[in-house]
Amino acid sequence: MKQAKKDVADTSFLQRMWESIFRGPLDPQTDRERKLMVLDSLILHLHPTTIAERTLKLTLTWGLGGMATLLTMVLVFSGVMLMFNYTPSPDQAYNDILNLQTQVWFGQLMRNIHHWAGNLMVVVVVLHMLRVFFTGGFNMPRQFNWVMGLLLLLLTVTANFTGYLLPWDQLAYWAITVGTGLITYVPLLGNWIQTVVLGGPEVGAATLLNFYSLHIAIIPISLLIIMSFHFFRVRKDGGVVTPRAPDEVLEKRQPKVTTVPHLVTRELVVGLVMMIALLLFAMWVDAPLEGVANPDVSPNPAKAPWYFMGFQELLLHFHPFVAAIILPLGALFTLALLPYLEPDMDATGVWFRSNKGRLMSVVATLIAIISTPILVITDEYLLDFVGWLPSLPTILSNGFVPLALLMLAVVGFYELMKHLFRASRCETVQATFVLLFVAFLILMVIGIWFRGPGMVLMWPSEVGVSH
Amino acid sequence: MAKTNTTPPEATRRDFLKMAWAGLGTLAIAEAGLMSAMFMLPRVGEGEFGGLITAGEVESFPPNSVTPFTQGRFYISRLEDGGFLALYRKCTHLGCTVPWEQTDNQFFCPCHASAFDERGDVLNPPAPRALDLFTVIIEDGIVMVDTGSLTERDRFDPSQVVY
Repeated sequence: MKQAKKDVADTSFLQRMWESIFRGPLDPQTDRERKLMVLDSLILHLHPTTIAERTLKLTLTWGLGGMATLLTMVLVFSGVMLMFNYTPSPDQAYNDILNLQTQVWFGQLMRNIHHWAGNLMVVVVVLHMLRVFFTGGFNMPRQFNWVMGLLLLLLTVTANFTGYLLPWDQLAYWAITVGTGLITYVPLLGNWIQTVVLGGPEVGAATLLNFYSLHIAIIPISLLIIMSFHFFRVRKDGGVVTPRAPDEVLEKRQPKVTTVPHLVTRELVVGLVMMIALLLFAMWVDAPLEGVANPDVSPNPAKAPWYFMGFQELLLHFHPFVAAIILPLGALFTLALLPYLEPDMDATGVWFRSNKGRLMSVVATLIAIISTPILVITDEYLLDFVGWLPSLPTILSNGFVPLALLMLAVVGFYELMKHLFRASRCETVQATFVLLFVAFLILMVIGIWFRGPGMVLMWPSEVGVSH
Repeated sequence: MAKTNTTPPEATRRDFLKMAWAGLGTLAIAEAGLMSAMFMLPRVGEGEFGGLITAGEVESFPPNSVTPFTQGRFYISRLEDGGFLALYRKCTHLGCTVPWEQTDNQFFCPCHASAFDERGDVLNPPAPRALDLFTVIIEDGIVMVDTGSLTERDRFDPSQVVY
């Protein structure tokens, strides 16, 4: 008691103020001080005080979750800045963007940062998902956090999509028209849902206001709430998975190190590198802006945002109900259910399950790279299910019939791989996932670079010329 | 001993109250949900599009012609036999605006390459059905179109034509 009083008397006024804010030393010297630093800080105490040394390996997480978190912060900050210069009305919005880019100090840069950070976030979140999948990071007890992660991916894409409309240029207007046109193929309620989302029969003033409210309030708030839960669960489940080589048996007790400085320094490095890359990119490449939205003229070609290009490509081959409702929802539900399949091997922490799993993934990738373009070209020039089955409604002839054939091919792939490699279910499910994911990426590439006016297949050089 | 086996009479009342709270809670959430949903319903009745639009005199549309009406968002298609159709310009695939290509004698959607003939029938998928129709009213030689009444159809049928 006496001792403490003496200490206070010895400190200066400024020092007492400082110590009321930062309770420990900023350069902790002992492990005890390092742990206390984490416990005493609001931000740092999202982390545990110590962490398994092996989980620090960059090639386990690649810092992707942290990058997504940092991008969220960048997006909130730059987004709020943009709000000061934006009016969500068709008469004003486009002029506000022009004004922002030409009259406002650093306006173009701020828009670029927001635009590219948003796009980068889609990439980072998908890569994060792949990392978790391929290291078996969704097995017991982390199943539900995987589902939360899928929700976060959905929210990220929705945030991007709603933001896409706000500049109110031709690119925005028609991408949203086509994108929301997909809703009409929801059975029974489709037209009604679309009218509610658009606030009317077509994209207009009500749509812009709806999307603005979703973009600046509903989606970010949902994102932050689910993110908190996501982080909480990572802590409760004992951090990220411990990486190990195939067939390696982990000891129960892993050597631990203090979070400060080992984890925090690595986070800072990843964060800084990402910020440098983002800033340089935003300085060099301007966010696209076309002419003001004109409901009378659809541009040719009118393309969806790049992250929907895979589905746009599917739309050219399937009835919209299959391409835009069945396939995405089916994929989403399958992904959500994956961690609940009973695992028939212990692959948690092993990249690609096993050595066999790695080989199978390579084979699946090659098959997808070869077969997807062949299927696209065959359907473009040879297949004509509507013509061959004229008595059937198009939802069957151009929808469920080709879908059934495709599903049959996937099941055939699954069985073949399982037998050829004498593989476990975990390994074969992974190979099938690789097949479908790579196929989807290839569809995206075709949609972005190989589709020109009238959505005709052509070489990228020709697409560029026709623009 | 006997105490644990006999159910106290209070238990049923407690159960009832629990049920009542659960029910009321559910009801409150449902009410809040319904209120929010109805609040979000589109604000209809915004004037120009959705009302009756005067297109012009019958004589001003030569047979076998397609005339665009930007304000009303439709095309007047006068068929070879002199009959009228008012076609909504929105593609039945995903909602792009479909321009009339005079040289090819067809509506051609730039978004996904759907094509329609002058009656709105699908010439080329992915469009799943013919262009939607507005009601055409001809009174005293004046063609009027009710843009508030939209008819969806699978394909063209002679009964859709107005003379």
